[in-house]
Amino acid sequence: MATTTGLDAPERPAGGPTFQPLSTGRKVKDRLATVLVVLAFLIAVVPLVWVLVTVVGRGIGAILSADWWGRSLSGVLPESFAGGVYHAIYGTLIQALLAAVIAVPIGIAAAVYLVEYGRGRLAKTTSFMVDILAGVPSIVAALFVFAAFISILGGVQSAFMVSLALVLLMLPVVIRNTEEMLRLVPDELREASYALGIPKWKTILRIVLPTALSGTVTGVMLALARVMGETAPVLVLVGYSQSINFDPFTGNMASLPLLMFSELSNPEAAGQYRIWGAALTLILIIMILQLGASVVSRFSAISK
Amino acid sequence: MTERTTEQAPPQGPRDEDPAAGSATLDTVTDPGPARGGRSRGSSSGGRGERVFRGLTSGSGLLVVVAIAAIGLFLLVQAVPSLMANNANFFTSPLFDTRDPANLNFGIRDLVVVTVLSSLFALVLAMPVALGIALFLTHYAPRRVARPFAYVIDLLAAVPSIIYGLWGIAVLAPALLPVATWLQGNLGWFFLFAPGNLPVLTGTIFTGGVVLAVMILPIITAVTREVFAQTPRFHIEAAQALGATRWEVIRMAVLPYGRSGYIAGSMLGLGRALGETIAVLIVIRAATTPSNFSLFDGGYTFASLIASAASEFSQPLPTGAYIAAGLVLFVLTFVVNAIARVIAGGKVNG
Repeated sequence: MATTTGLDAPERPAGGPTFQPLSTGRKVKDRLATVLVVLAFLIAVVPLVWVLVTVVGRGIGAILSADWWGRSLSGVLPESFAGGVYHAIYGTLIQALLAAVIAVPIGIAAAVYLVEYGRGRLAKTTSFMVDILAGVPSIVAALFVFAAFISILGGVQSAFMVSLALVLLMLPVVIRNTEEMLRLVPDELREASYALGIPKWKTILRIVLPTALSGTVTGVMLALARVMGETAPVLVLVGYSQSINFDPFTGNMASLPLLMFSELSNPEAAGQYRIWGAALTLILIIMILQLGASVVSRFSAISK
Repeated sequence: MTERTTEQAPPQGPRDEDPAAGSATLDTVTDPGPARGGRSRGSSSGGRGERVFRGLTSGSGLLVVVAIAAIGLFLLVQAVPSLMANNANFFTSPLFDTRDPANLNFGIRDLVVVTVLSSLFALVLAMPVALGIALFLTHYAPRRVARPFAYVIDLLAAVPSIIYGLWGIAVLAPALLPVATWLQGNLGWFFLFAPGNLPVLTGTIFTGGVVLAVMILPIITAVTREVFAQTPRFHIEAAQALGATRWEVIRMAVLPYGRSGYIAGSMLGLGRALGETIAVLIVIRAATTPSNFSLFDGGYTFASLIASAASEFSQPLPTGAYIAAGLVLFVLTFVVNAIARVIAGGKVNG
């Protein structure tokens, strides 16, 4: 309304052709760029489809067998097409869940610190270190847990040690996702709460975090999906077991990646059968988590 | 009315880019609240809760800093005794012999060569493709399909690395064999394609590099895409007003704006490739002779060497040798990630 100036309604077009046709060179370059860019995308889809087709094709037989989900490999001979992987599924889940129990509270608290309280040098350093932690290779995290908790503090190899290494890998994912969500919470909500005389910490606990809840849950699920496929920590920090072990604090415990790695040295055809079956199982678990994450993020109270 | 909305927009805009600005305004609102409440209601309850909560959250933040420091420190403490007992030059020896704890001979020359060669090769393959995908997703694909397409690329990151390793050696390596044979036959005079120290052409650094390229593609794409999508609207419209074609808009507006983000994303990808463990361990074969700087060499990277020896971590001195290698890897990835962060200048959350 206020913007009505003389600009938007010329009486008639200016004389002469306004647009000249593009020169051939520019047109060719433009087309070429379009083709290359689409090609780049297609190139990236090829390995994804290829990997998935390979894993499904070679693993489908194993996971459809009757014993796959309900038996362990206890007492199963290397060349026998029998047994299942429920011991490894349990290991994968319990190690990731234990890690989440430790990493989620710390990660959320650190994100709250970065968004709500962080000022000055410490906040900058923390934010920087979160990025560094995100780049720490999983084998280094595993070595650190080995050096600190086993060599120096005298612990023993166990599934819990794996969880400790996974905590380091989960933390940056949880922190960054939560941080992003907290920043999306409108300031009006905070200010309305302050106006009612509610202290800042209660505002954060009762208003800000619940508003950001679904985004945070999404982040946690994605972090879980990420650490479940980690192989380096289980190689260094726990031994493989063919049978079920429910206790994460003592003894050897299988997990899907560890089972796959152990079966690599099995020369029998059954080894391949188990490897690809476990690979497909692992991908299925990760896909379920990812799907769950995207369903949860639909329920977000705040839109991106 | 219209004036009002335009006035409200700016405080929200900068908040996304510069968190400090947004929360600074927030703080001026906050501070009087607790202070007044605390004073009028006697000494504590709100105040104490506030202090405890602030302490807990700051402590968690601090914990991240402590964790990084602890990683460096503990690795160093465990590595030093082995480094002192080492009979070979740590930086120049191609050997890594820890069988006899009384006579350690280990050096990282070959680890550096294989790690750097495979990671850089992966980067060279992945960077142009990632650039193309990021452009496709932000400026070519119709908006409706751009998000599902981006999700497809993110799925690449969801596949566990051990599965990439299995696929790499069982499926990809045979498929790449003709390419490798051709390269060696026709470009063998060039040192990168010269015959390596393996008897076969599968399971080489070449194969490993291709697998790594696939694995780092999503991270480079994600970061680059995010920055390209932030290209200011008016830069693009200015270029369009000059009659630029779509490609010219990208060259004049999008690429200059997003260059730092693209480089930062590539550095993050490099960091991932340097530290990738299990896929490399499965794909790249062990070699018995030192590396010739060829892509058709085999050998161990830092990460794959440590993982390969993981089951033998029992005696402190040999274990320390591997921890020393891990320390070098940690420093390497720290530097690469720090550079990425500095280049991005806070524009990116990797």
